[in-house]
Amino acid sequence: MTQLLAKIAFMLIVAAILIVALFPFYYAFVSSFRTGTELFIPRLWPERFDLTNYAQIFTQQAFGLNILNSMLVALVVVALSLFLGMTAAYALARIRFRGRGPMLFLILAVSMFPQIAVLSGMFELVRALGLYDRLPGLMLANLVLTLPFTVWILTTFMRELPKELEEAAIADGATPWQTARLVFLPLMLPAMVPTGLLAFILAWNEFLFAFTLTLSSESRTVPVAIALLSGGSRQELPWGPIMAASVVVTLPLIILVLIFQRKIVAGLTAGAVKG
Amino acid sequence: MKSSAPPADPDRARVRNAWVFLAPTLIALAIVAGWPLARTIWFSFTDARLDDLTRYGFVGLDNYLAYDDGEWYGVLAEADWWNAVSVTLWFTVVSVSLEVVFGLAVALALNVRFPLRGVVRAAILVPWAIPTVVSAKMWAWMLNDQFGVINYVLMGLGIIGTPIAWTASADTALWAVLTVDVWKSTPFMALLFLAALQMLPQDCYEAAKVDGIGPVRALWYITLPLLRPAIITAVIFRALDALRIFDLIYVLTSNARSTMSMSIYARQQLVDFQDVGYGSAASTLLFLIIAMITISVIALGRLDFDKGATR
Repeated sequence: MTQLLAKIAFMLIVAAILIVALFPFYYAFVSSFRTGTELFIPRLWPERFDLTNYAQIFTQQAFGLNILNSMLVALVVVALSLFLGMTAAYALARIRFRGRGPMLFLILAVSMFPQIAVLSGMFELVRALGLYDRLPGLMLANLVLTLPFTVWILTTFMRELPKELEEAAIADGATPWQTARLVFLPLMLPAMVPTGLLAFILAWNEFLFAFTLTLSSESRTVPVAIALLSGGSRQELPWGPIMAASVVVTLPLIILVLIFQRKIVAGLTAGAVKG
Repeated sequence: MKSSAPPADPDRARVRNAWVFLAPTLIALAIVAGWPLARTIWFSFTDARLDDLTRYGFVGLDNYLAYDDGEWYGVLAEADWWNAVSVTLWFTVVSVSLEVVFGLAVALALNVRFPLRGVVRAAILVPWAIPTVVSAKMWAWMLNDQFGVINYVLMGLGIIGTPIAWTASADTALWAVLTVDVWKSTPFMALLFLAALQMLPQDCYEAAKVDGIGPVRALWYITLPLLRPAIITAVIFRALDALRIFDLIYVLTSNARSTMSMSIYARQQLVDFQDVGYGSAASTLLFLIIAMITISVIALGRLDFDKGATR
C-alpha cells in the first residue's frame, strides 16, 4: 500500500516536471490560433485552429526571409566551427607540445567572454570590412561564440580515441593531414553530430550581435525579428503573431532535440570541464 | 610512438604540425575575439561615438572616473552602474542557487527507472533549446497584466485579488526575469547532474543499505559529496552565464532600471546613447569582473585543463 502511494507520488512529481517544462510552449501554441478579442480571454484549451496569425507573419513581415537568414548564418557558422575545431582539436588532443595547457586555457577563457565586451570592437571591425547589415558579418561575429566551444568539445572527444590507430597510420607513412582525414575524421563523426547541433542551436538563438550588427528587416535573423515584431498600434503588441512566430521557430528545434537527445546530452557533458 | 619512429626527428615534426593545425583556429580567434576585445578596451579610453568611429580623442580614464569642479564623473561614479552591478550579482546568486536545487531534484527523479523516462528527459531539454528571445516572449505573454494566463489562474484560485503587472512593476520585474531564467536553465543543470549520477559507483549504496542507512541520509552523505565536482562545474558555467545576462532581460523588461544588468547598462550607453567610449568602459569593467572570477575559481579549484591528455 505504501509502495503504491510512493509510486503515485513519484509519478505526480514527474508529471509536475513535465508540465512546468512544457506548459509555456503549449500555451504559446494554443494562443497562436486565437485572433482579435478571443486572444484576450485566457483559456487553457484550444477552441479552433485558425491560421490567420501564421499567414500574417509570412505575408506582412519578412519572416520567411528571416528564417532563411538564420538558417544560412547558422549553417555556415557550424561548418566553419567544425572544420576549424577539428583541426585544432587534432593538435590539442593528439600532440604533446609546449604551450598546450595555456592554449586550452585561452580557448576556454574566450568561451567565458561576455559578448558585450567584444561588441564595440566587433561593430568597428564589421563596419570596416563592409559587412554591416549583412549576413557574413553575423557569421564572423558568431564564431566567437561557437568556435571555442567546438574546439573544447571535440578535443575532449578526440582524447578518448585509442592511440594505436594513429601509430599504425604513422608507421605506414601517412602524413599528419592524411592521418587526420583518413583515421580521425571517420572516428570523430559521432562526436561531430552533437557538437554541430549544439553550435547550430547557439548560432540560431544568438541575439545581441544579430540585433546590433543589422539594421534592415531583410537581414534580420529570427530572434531579432521576433523581438521587434510590432503591430499596427503603438500600445498593443501583436501577441497572436508573436506566438505564431515563436511556434514556427521552436518546432524544428523540438524535433531536433527529440531525435538527438542522447547525443546532445553526451555533448553537453563532454563540454563541461571535469574538475 | 618512439618504437615506430620514421626518419628525421618525428617529435619535432609533430610539434611543428601541431602549430600548423592550430594556426587557422588561432587566427580566427584573434580576429573575432582578441582584436575586438582590444579595440573595446582601447575605445574605453576615448570619447568615440557610434555614428563615426574614425574620429575620436584620447581621454584617459575619464570614462571610468574623473573629478571635475567638485564632482565625480564616469561609470564608477554613476549610481545606475552600481545599481546594475547589484542587480546582476543578486540575480546571479539567487538564480544559480535555485537552479542547483531544482536541477538536483529533477536529476534525482530522472535517475529512477520508470516507463517513458527517455521521453521525459527529451522534454525537459525543450526549455533549454528554444531561443531565449522566444522564451522571453512566451513568458511575457503568460505574465501579461491584463490578459496573462498566470494572473487568470491565480485570480481563479483566489490567491490574488487584482491582476499584477509582473514585468512592469519594479517589485516583481526581477522576480519575473528570475523565474524565466530558472525555467530555462534548470534543464541544463539537471542533465549535467543526471550524467554525473549515472556514473556513481553502486556499491556505496548497497553497503549503505546493508548498514541500514535510509535514502535521505544516503543522499546527504553519499550522493552529494560524490556529486561535488559536477555541482561546482555547473555552478561556474551558470554563474558566468548569469553575470553576462542580456537577451532575456532586454526582451522581457527592456531598459527598465529595476532589472538592468551590467550588459544591459553597457549596451544602452553604447548603442542607445551612441557613447562608445562610455559603453566600452562599462563593457571592460564587466569583462574584468568576469575574468577575475574565472581566474580565481580556476586557481581555487585547481582545475586541470590538460588532464586526460596522454600523448
